[in-house]
Formats: sequence, structure tokens, C-alpha cells
Amino acid sequence: MTTQPPESFLELRDLRIHFPTEDGLVKSVDGLSYKLERGKTLGIVGESGSGKSVTSLGILGLHKGGNAKISGEIWLDGEELVSASADHVRTLRGKKMAMIFQDPLSSMHPFYSVGAQIVEAYRIHNRVSKAVARKHAIDMLGRVGIPQPDRRVDDYPHQFSGGMRQRAMIAMALSCDPELLIADEPTTALDVTVQAQILDLMTDLQREFNSALIIITHDLGVVAELSDDILVMYGGKCVEYGTAEDIFYRPEHPYTWGLLGSMPRLDREPTERLLPIKGTPPSLINVPSGCAFNPRCAFAGRTDGKATSQVPDLLETEGGHLVRCHMPRAERRSIWDNEIKPMLEST
Amino acid sequence: MTSHEDHDDRSGAEVLLSVQGLQKHFPVTKGLLRRQVGAVKAVDGVSFDVRKGETLGLVGESGCGKSTTGRLITRLLEPTGGKVVFEGHDITHMSASRIRPLRRDMQMIFQDPYSSLNPRHTVGAIVGAPFRIQGIKTEQGTKKAVQDILELVGLNPEHYNRYPHEFSGGQRQRIGIARTLALKPKLIIADEPVSALDVSIQAQVVNLLEDLQNELDLTYVIVAHDLSVIRHISDRVAVMYLGKIVELADRKSLYDTPMHPYTNALMSAVPIPDPARRKDRERIRLQGDVPSPLNPPSACRFHTRCWKAQEVCKTVEPPLVELAPRHQVACHFPENAPEPDRATPAATVSA
Repeated sequence: MTTQPPESFLELRDLRIHFPTEDGLVKSVDGLSYKLERGKTLGIVGESGSGKSVTSLGILGLHKGGNAKISGEIWLDGEELVSASADHVRTLRGKKMAMIFQDPLSSMHPFYSVGAQIVEAYRIHNRVSKAVARKHAIDMLGRVGIPQPDRRVDDYPHQFSGGMRQRAMIAMALSCDPELLIADEPTTALDVTVQAQILDLMTDLQREFNSALIIITHDLGVVAELSDDILVMYGGKCVEYGTAEDIFYRPEHPYTWGLLGSMPRLDREPTERLLPIKGTPPSLINVPSGCAFNPRCAFAGRTDGKATSQVPDLLETEGGHLVRCHMPRAERRSIWDNEIKPMLEST
Repeated sequence: MTSHEDHDDRSGAEVLLSVQGLQKHFPVTKGLLRRQVGAVKAVDGVSFDVRKGETLGLVGESGCGKSTTGRLITRLLEPTGGKVVFEGHDITHMSASRIRPLRRDMQMIFQDPYSSLNPRHTVGAIVGAPFRIQGIKTEQGTKKAVQDILELVGLNPEHYNRYPHEFSGGQRQRIGIARTLALKPKLIIADEPVSALDVSIQAQVVNLLEDLQNELDLTYVIVAHDLSVIRHISDRVAVMYLGKIVELADRKSLYDTPMHPYTNALMSAVPIPDPARRKDRERIRLQGDVPSPLNPPSACRFHTRCWKAQEVCKTVEPPLVELAPRHQVACHFPENAPEPDRATPAATVSA
């Protein structure tokens, strides 16, 4: 079943990650494909349980050895990772790809100093003395903007503030110069002024290292600031994919409309009411039949009953913009232009 | 008088809650004898009024004292100093037995819908608890009253006998709101009511809070860190920094013409969901983190991170003064200040 390696730096082909549980099979990721080049940023947006974090753990091989059932292909720089051994993927972790987690307090070891943790990561992939590694750790801490890095290197995680811990996490992730960096809700636990500092830092570092960056978040503002391309996930599937401009100016999926309508915005006059999506995200054990979004979709009635009977395909509408919806393209465009967009902009 | 088009002027309405010079210092103790070696000044002299029917938003970063303020108002914490006056009653140091009847009129919504509901009680027991505690008899029995409230907040009344774990996060938050509304309170303090929820669910709960306010004539004090949510829901907004209010104004004037440098920095830090804006945006980059409230900077507490700070900011604390109608600011060098003769004396001296 193995196919030709792709030309892209990272490519997922029909990735499925399913977890058997006592209550049934949880289809966390169900047929996901995308590509990412070096130096580019992909934003993945979705609500809790949409499968966005499970995907990234899958790329890093962190489901190996668990009870997850994984199929499909993950190609990273010419290597296929789903079929690779856990030992081999471990040698890639840190050096080739690294991850920044959401909560830096629980993802760092409280018993070891911050410096010791960076040194450990660095020495696994580089045969250098402890002194050299320590110097590198101090350098990295300085690079991410920690004041007095030569003193703070011996501090423990609890002695750092939230923003500094997240910086230290970034320093650790970048210590081996990874080519793919996955940031899972990197700023959700932080205050806005600190979030702004971290987002700036990530942009600067990405430019400097020319790495590929995947940023996973529920905050459309963060995605708009950083991403070249955006992937919207719902119920384990991609429902819309396109450039940042496609998603924010010409969205065609009702779920994307719903996300945009749910969010109060500072850059526009306040609207009288928010336009939420009705209902709640689906259970991944009993995904609704047909289009997973159909019970919450205001336009499900316009699909001649296909919404509940057939799973829509992810089809290209224009220039790489992909949408998974039964409604004909002209109708989607007209709904956005005439019904949704004016409501979002009205005061 | 002045044009507050988007704001129905409630300056004539009766003051429901008045907070004057409110303080809360948490002692820091050391050693065997628990000697007090310092105090965390979580809230340090906060004053504001809330009028009937309005929504006041309290916004700020973690550690600014916004949640503590909410808990002081409801007397979940004992104030160190200052005064809380609710409907003319000074409740600052009122005894538990005397404050209990007033609790009926003053309720709180908590942030985390997972930890604020007892997992071993049914929804009926949770929402019915206020009736039991206050000893209130309703005409058709408590069960009917609870089911009416469940319906009001958009839950199925038949779920009366279910447990919290059977509900999603958004539904649990609705249960919390139902419990709050049980006794038809006048004032609701909501501490980060939507921050634990998904985006689409956040909007549902924000709309619910607005509908309930119109229907039941509620007054809200909403504590949140999200500036966009606060703008959407509030009539007036107070920005807090390290235990103090630095700016307090009507929603429109605060967001259109923010005067305090900290407010400006906060607003410029919010990511804008518009890819075209990322290139031309001038973002104010604040250096470092919020200083520790254990040892806050002298005078103006923002001076360590402020790009406009001068000597006077380190020595003289700027008072909260009204620089424009209904727009109070505590700063020596405010931005967007209307005309020079209104500026504070300190600003004129050093200019």
C-alpha cells in the first residue's frame, strides 16, 4: 500500500486515529490529509473534541505503544512515520520535530531545574559535554527573552511565571533546531499582553530557523495573526481548508460561518447579538450520520436530504480552497455574501 | 448632553451596589510562630458604583484582583478595608446570619462548570438548594419552580433527576446559571462565566445572559480577562491593574478613546481575526510580566512597564479622576485626553 514519497516537507494522507473504548470506537481523526512546506505556518482550528490535538500527537508518534488504531500515511521529509518503529520515531522527536504544549507547568518536570531539562533534550541528539550543553541552554533561554539567563537556568519551573515558563518550553522545543514545530494552544493559558509577546517570538524564531509551524488553537484571532493556511476541523474531519484570506474573507462552510459569528470582535463596531451555533459538538462515538455538522447546521434543509444520509466529500472550490459541504458552490457563495457577511458587519 | 448613542443612559437609575475604597490584603506568614512578614495586596482601594439594570465589566490580567473584588462583593472573602454597600445596607462586616437574607438578592456564577457543581447531587437538588437553604415555599412546590428555571435557561425540565456528569460544559454552565437565578436575585456577580467554554458555546451563554438581563431586569458585575467579550456584554468597563482600577468608563468611550497607557497596551495586544491587518498593525509591546502584588511598584504601579513613565510616576500616585464625562483615569500622562486645561496638575508641571 506504500506509495511514492511526496515532494512536500510534511504530508498527511488519509490519516485515521481511532481509539477502541468500552463504549465503542472513538474516531478522533477520521480521514485527514494536508501538506505543509518549510517556512510556512498552518493553523488548525476547531472546538474541543474535534481531533486537532490527537492529530499532532499522532505526527509525533506519541500514540505508538498505546491502544490507538492508526492508519493512513504521515510523510515527514521523505520518511513515512505511521509504519516506522517507535524507536526510530523517537530519534526524530526533538531533532526533526518538536512540540510546544499548552500548559507549561504540567509539561515540565517539577523536580529538575529548567536548565537541566533543556540540557537533557540537547544531549540526546548532540554528543557534547555537559558544559557545552549548559552554555547552549543559557543561549536558548536568552534567545526567547528570559532576563539574566545565566542565573535563571538553575531555577525550577515553579520559580518562573506563566509567560516565562512558556518561553522556557519554546527554548526547549527549539534547542535542537527542529524542522517541524507543533504548538498546541501555546498561548491559551497566558494573559493577552504576554500572549502578544509569545506570538511575536514564535514568528521571529520561525523566520530565523525557516521551520514549518503548525499552530493548534480555538482562537481565530491567533490563527489570523500567524497562519498562511488554515484548516478547520469538526468531528475528526477537515471541513474547510484554505489560505487565511479564504477562511476569513470567503468562508464557504456553515461551521466556519458559525465560528466567525460566535466571536465578538474588537476591530468592528459591536453587534447587537452574537450569532452562536446551536447545539453542542458531537460525541466522537456516535458521530451524526451524513454530514457530522448537520444537527447544528442552519442550512441542512437546503441539501435535498443529503445532509443526513451522505458524508459530503472535501472538494476544491477554487485555487486550493477545499470545502466539505453538500450545498452547491453558488448557493454557499450567495449565503455568505447576502446572509452571513452583512449580519457579521452590521451594528 | 453628550452623545452616548449606543448606551442607554442609566445615570439616573438608582445605585444598587456601591463599593468604596475596598481592600483585601492576604497576610504572608513565615516560621513556626506564623509571624506576618508581608501582605499580598490583592485589592487595594477600589471604588465604583453599579446602577440598577446595568452591566459593569471588570477586566484585567491574572493577579490584578478582579476575581477577588467579585468575591469581596459577595462576601465570600472578608474585606480588609473599605465598604461594600448593597441596596443601602452596609454589608462589609455584616455577620453571616444577618447577611443570609440578603444573599437571596446577590448571587454568583463561577468560572468552572466542572468544579462548581456537586457531582453527587442531581440537577434538581443543585438548583433547588437555594429554596431549601432560604426556606422558601413556592406555590406549586419546589420541583415545579426548579423546572421552570431550567426551561428559562434553555435546559430540558425533564433532566431534573440527572447528574452533572451527564451534561456538556455549556449545559453545566447553564445549570450554574439556573441555580443563581433560582431566587430571582437583583445582582449577579459572574466570575469568568464563559472562559472555560468552546467558542460556539461561549456565544450561546453570552446571549443567554443578555436575554435573562432583559427579561428579569438583572444587574451584572462581570469579571473576565477577554476584552472582546467584556466589550460585547458591558455598559461600563473598569480596567484593573495590580489591585487598582486604572480606568473606568462607558463602554464606547473606553474602547474608542482609551486614555490609560495600560488600557491601550491591552487592546493592542488582542489578536485581530483579520489576516490583512497583521502587516499594518502597530502593536504596543509591553516588556516583562505583571510585577508581584507582594511587592508592587511604588506610586503608579504600571510605571515599570509603561513607555510614557517619567520621574513623577515613581513618586506620586495618580488619582482616579474624571477627564471626560463619565470617563475616569488614573494616569499622569493620559492619551486621548480631551483638552489640556483638564489634564492633571502633575502633567502640566512636568511638561
